[in-house]
Amino acid sequence: MKLLSAAYLTIAYVFIFLPVAVLVLFSFQSGRLPVPPFNGPSFKWYGQVLQDRALMAALGNSLIVAVFSSAVALILGFLAATALARYRLPGSALMRGVLIAPMTVSYLIIALGLMGLWNQMGLSVGLITTTIGHAVTNLPLCFAILYTAMGDQQKNAERAARDLGATETQVLWHITAPMLLPSMLAAFFLSVTFSWDEFIIAFLTTRFDVTLPVEIWSLLKSGLNPKTNAIGSLVFLISIAVLFVLEFSVFRKRPL
Amino acid sequence: MTAPVSIRNVTQSYGAAIALHGVNLEIAAGEFIVLLGPSGCGKTTLLNIIGGFVAQTGGQVLIGGRDMAGVAAKDRPTTTVFQDYALFPHMTLADNVAFGLRMRGIAKPERTAKATEMLAMVGLDAMANRRPHELSGGQRQRTALARALAVSPDVLLLDEPLGALDLKLRRQMQDELKAIQRRVGTTFIHVTHDQEEAMAIADRIVVMNQGRIEQAAPARDVYLRPASLFVAGFIGEVNRIPLTNGQSALGPLMQGSGTIIIRPESIGRDGPLPLGTAKVTDVAFFGTHARAHMAPLASPDLILTVHLPPGTTASPGDEMPLFARDAVLL
Repeated sequence: MKLLSAAYLTIAYVFIFLPVAVLVLFSFQSGRLPVPPFNGPSFKWYGQVLQDRALMAALGNSLIVAVFSSAVALILGFLAATALARYRLPGSALMRGVLIAPMTVSYLIIALGLMGLWNQMGLSVGLITTTIGHAVTNLPLCFAILYTAMGDQQKNAERAARDLGATETQVLWHITAPMLLPSMLAAFFLSVTFSWDEFIIAFLTTRFDVTLPVEIWSLLKSGLNPKTNAIGSLVFLISIAVLFVLEFSVFRKRPL
Repeated sequence: MTAPVSIRNVTQSYGAAIALHGVNLEIAAGEFIVLLGPSGCGKTTLLNIIGGFVAQTGGQVLIGGRDMAGVAAKDRPTTTVFQDYALFPHMTLADNVAFGLRMRGIAKPERTAKATEMLAMVGLDAMANRRPHELSGGQRQRTALARALAVSPDVLLLDEPLGALDLKLRRQMQDELKAIQRRVGTTFIHVTHDQEEAMAIADRIVVMNQGRIEQAAPARDVYLRPASLFVAGFIGEVNRIPLTNGQSALGPLMQGSGTIIIRPESIGRDGPLPLGTAKVTDVAFFGTHARAHMAPLASPDLILTVHLPPGTTASPGDEMPLFARDAVLL
């Protein structure tokens, strides 16, 4: 039984990580094609990636979009969660539903909608429209994480703060936000990773300044190449780094 | 600081359910009031109305002569010690205690000094830099008390503050609470369902039942001269003897009709009111007294609970004449 579960675990992890492992391995390929036999290791493709201005610009764009869209989603999600968790509002069940709804809609549909909207408004597409698009798709995530984190302990502490003379703004700033800090970091970093990887919305709502996934896609149009493996490995590395930040800042056991 | 509180004809209803039926209560400045009653009697609702957490449906609450209608909790001269303490987990004890002063814009050196002083008052000055999760239940309770008193409220509201503590600690905290109240002179309004706690600390006990005040009086009066059958039954133990036109199962005990209330310790071998002879059915020794159940010969079904002096030797089957003191007809 023990052996069986160990085997199951191994197979599951191999299944999940084999493609990534292959991708990383062939990013060190010395030849022109990322296919066996492996004839590396060589860092020349990484060198090319780092010298590719378009790729580096796209990487910068991706970071900007990820950070800003996550910040917007976090702030809006926090305010919405506070309101819906604290106050009895008319139609709050409906409001909750509508807030969560974008999670269930495919990114393609949201992207098409946004594209149509920008056209109607005469807005030219670019990083700002992508940022807005990512804020839209990440808002439900941030809202859901923060809403479920607001328990009774939090509610009672807020009540005590009010009793001691805090205004609503002071309650939010001194009590609600610090007590929710772990959940806020979790929501923020998850949003960052989602935005970092997102392709469809970014593809349909950008034109000249593109994000990394869009740039990679245009590279792929000219065929497979160890360079795409190298950039893929870098993207993976950054995702892993964010994950580590999450693990050590948020999921570390915090005594409350 | 301290202030009187006037509760005038306060009603509270949640839809069709009525939590308070026109409650009237005058509380003097510096008084230690305990609201006592079973759960659902409206005592916590009344506390929440005084604290400004719930707006009453009708009536007035005046603190220091000022009508509190429309005054939010944060602007009232009241602070609260909550049942679960509601300490701020991300702040040290010193920051917890100084929070109210910080919200009032008091400068840091001054509020730190005050927080240290308040923590010293509750014996926690050595732990000022700890966080709430490092404390025991009793220490958290003390911190909550220091935090609520740090802003020098006119009225301190305590919502079953000792409810989560074990019995021994609770009795110890009662004495501390009483001593602190004497020292600061603030009006304390304390909610509990523990009658012993109420008797230990209250200047006046306000017994509540089903949204009404049954009696508001010092412990001695509430115990010896209960205003209603509910009060008599809720605080301590009583024997009830029905009386109709001066006649009871034990003979003509007194004039009138109703229920005669006699405490177990008010029945003995002598006293002004003869109850006739009774037979001991069982006895248990409690140290301070011997608790016996006795069946009067005139009415064996009316079992009396009697607390005899600890030196009494009585065993089941013994017969003795009984007399009562302090009987109350309700």
